[in-house]
Amino acid sequence: MVAHLITLKLALLRNGLRRNVAQLVGLIVASLYGLGLLFLAVLGLILLRLVNAGIAGPIVVLGGSALLAGWTFAPILVSGVDLTLDPGRFAPYPIPLSRLLVGQALGGLIGVPGVCTTVALASTTVTWARDPLTFVAGVLGAALALGLCVVVSRLVASAVTDLATSRRFREGSRMVMMVPIVLLGPIVGLAIRGMETNLDAMRALAQVLAWTPFGAPLGVPAAVAEGHLPEAFVKLLIAAASLVLAAWAWSRALARALVTPASRASSGSRAGRRGLGPFGWMPASPGGAIAARALTYWVRDPRYGTALIIVPLVPVILFFSSAQQHQSNLFLLSGPLAAFLLAWSLATDVSYDSTAFSLHLTAGVRGRADRWGRALALMTFALPGAVVITLVPFAVSGRWDLLPGYLGLALGVLLSGSGLASVVSARFTVTVPLPGESPFKRPPGNTTQTFLVQIGGLVTLGLLVLPEIVLVAFSASTGQAGYGWVSLLVGIVLGSALFVLGITLGGMWLDRRGPEVYASLVRSG
Amino acid sequence: MTLPSYPVPEGAGYPAGSALSIRGLAKAFAGKTAVDGISLEVPTGSFYGLVGPNGAGKTTTLSMATGLLRPDAGTALVLGRDVWQDPLGAKRLMGVLPDGVRLFDRLSGEQLITYAGLLHGLDRATVVARTRDLLEAFDLTGDARNLVVDYSAGMTKKIALAASLVHAPRLLVLDEPFESVDPVSAANIRAILTDYVHSGGTVIVSSHVMDLVQRMCDHVAVVAQGRILAAGTVDEVRSGSSLEDRFVELVGGHGPAEGLSWLHT
Repeated sequence: MVAHLITLKLALLRNGLRRNVAQLVGLIVASLYGLGLLFLAVLGLILLRLVNAGIAGPIVVLGGSALLAGWTFAPILVSGVDLTLDPGRFAPYPIPLSRLLVGQALGGLIGVPGVCTTVALASTTVTWARDPLTFVAGVLGAALALGLCVVVSRLVASAVTDLATSRRFREGSRMVMMVPIVLLGPIVGLAIRGMETNLDAMRALAQVLAWTPFGAPLGVPAAVAEGHLPEAFVKLLIAAASLVLAAWAWSRALARALVTPASRASSGSRAGRRGLGPFGWMPASPGGAIAARALTYWVRDPRYGTALIIVPLVPVILFFSSAQQHQSNLFLLSGPLAAFLLAWSLATDVSYDSTAFSLHLTAGVRGRADRWGRALALMTFALPGAVVITLVPFAVSGRWDLLPGYLGLALGVLLSGSGLASVVSARFTVTVPLPGESPFKRPPGNTTQTFLVQIGGLVTLGLLVLPEIVLVAFSASTGQAGYGWVSLLVGIVLGSALFVLGITLGGMWLDRRGPEVYASLVRSG
Repeated sequence: MTLPSYPVPEGAGYPAGSALSIRGLAKAFAGKTAVDGISLEVPTGSFYGLVGPNGAGKTTTLSMATGLLRPDAGTALVLGRDVWQDPLGAKRLMGVLPDGVRLFDRLSGEQLITYAGLLHGLDRATVVARTRDLLEAFDLTGDARNLVVDYSAGMTKKIALAASLVHAPRLLVLDEPFESVDPVSAANIRAILTDYVHSGGTVIVSSHVMDLVQRMCDHVAVVAQGRILAAGTVDEVRSGSSLEDRFVELVGGHGPAEGLSWLHT
């Protein structure tokens, strides 16, 4: 049975690859990435053999904790990706629970992350090959860590499949998970700088983690190597108890999943909370209705929300990047960059509709009304948002003299970009996750077109806002405020003109090519 | 109402009394013919059934007749207005329920009908009143404020149908309106459609369920491999036998399965 499950998993992997070249490429890229990281990790762990236990210990504990944390949170983030052996699917077959349990655990190790984790944890035994007792502790610790990685991730996966049927939870969790991912770059950068300046803090963190289930397994050999045998014994108990507890909880969850296959339970308790929402106060016209609908989707559809959640983080990311490179101009570009992200989100708007766009077509909506509505919805929050984000770096740095120029650039990018995106989305559809899918899913499809549209759009937008860029450059290099004020004027006037032009052109295009746009939406989903 | 509706010579004048007039529609996908010159007259006030096996070209035909898919050849007239020359005029007169199409399902049921009404350019007071009436008629008032994505399959069909009725169309084009609909909801939908036809509206539905078409429709056309095999009043087409038998006879079916002897207990 166990062998069966593993064969099944391998067969699913192979057939999936045969069907889909993009997935094969994805696996190769993931493997290369994994191999690169793995190589560094193994090399590091072997080198750590040479340093004394007081330094090697905290590093291994920190790394191990991060690894286990990754396994714990991966199922929440990418629920559905590795549910090929989803317990619910085995419900119809007569399989003893214990065998299913072992098969699922081993099946979880097949794949790039599983193999890399196994090899990396095996390498920790090299680090602890100092004396027989430490080596044995190292083997035990690595085995416990591997077991915890697999069992905890399966436990979390079981728990979220229960919850995942409630749509709201799934969407909420994904958006929340986005924040640390976006901030990962700055956090790592900060952590590295922290390591340079403050080794004690990292050591203290490792000490605390070693007493939790996350760090305890790898804390065992570290404690043995330093000669703290009682401490090592307690950590061993913590790790073993966590594993047993997690396995027990997982078997309970699995048993329950087998008798209650995942259903599309609705969350009907929220009745009566919502009224007409934006439909109540937006103008009662086709354009107004489209704006109200788009605004509702900006709030309710996680695919839109994911794009939004990055925007307020732009200044944070640029602040850290510029602080690391001593480049304060980068930080000042927060506003224009946020404006670009906001404006360009319009380019995928029709693609996000998927075949629901048929309603616009059968209702005979004019292209202009369609374009207006979508852009209007964006502007209700993008305009104030872009202005506020533009202000942030100036409030921090106090260089108010440069503000008008950058504000002009931000407004120019937002308005011209929205106009451009209105034209682009009337002509090109791009591959996006379908309604209800994970916002992080990159569906296979016409990715070349998607890529070309993005690059072409970026270049065109660069040309459209060239006047503002030049004026900002002048105002920064000459220090004359006049250029900045001209940039603000140009950003507003030229931007508005291009905005209206884009909506008109895009509308005409949509009127002519509505059925063709719809046909390409049908093809992609 | 026994208009001779087949065959229709191409290029014939607009026959008075046709709500939907399909003329020589043809479509090929990547060289493979899906619809091979279909012509059909749907008399005003009729309840018209379009039946055919899977892949016969029903959905393709109806998509071309409703402005969703540009035909390779041929045209469609809604009460005399050309769908492809005067799309806005034709679409105003027509309510459409496409098959296998997503809805804006993150709107509540109430919002979805409101949205459809406003897209058609109705004023707010009319939309509010009609939305309330439609929710009531389709027995969805209790779920009006839940998101459509949380609706069951039957409720989803009903809300989509309600949204296609909000602008009071003269012609309804419904692609598989009874697919995955439970009997109670189906009876509800049927009653509303029958009432609509009695008050002078015209309905064309596509369906697999012969029994339903025989009971509900007064006209029927049989489509297979992109062509019309028979069309006319239900009695004309079935000519004595049941519609189902006649259909299998026309389309050419497959006998009872053999070789499953091990299944016989």
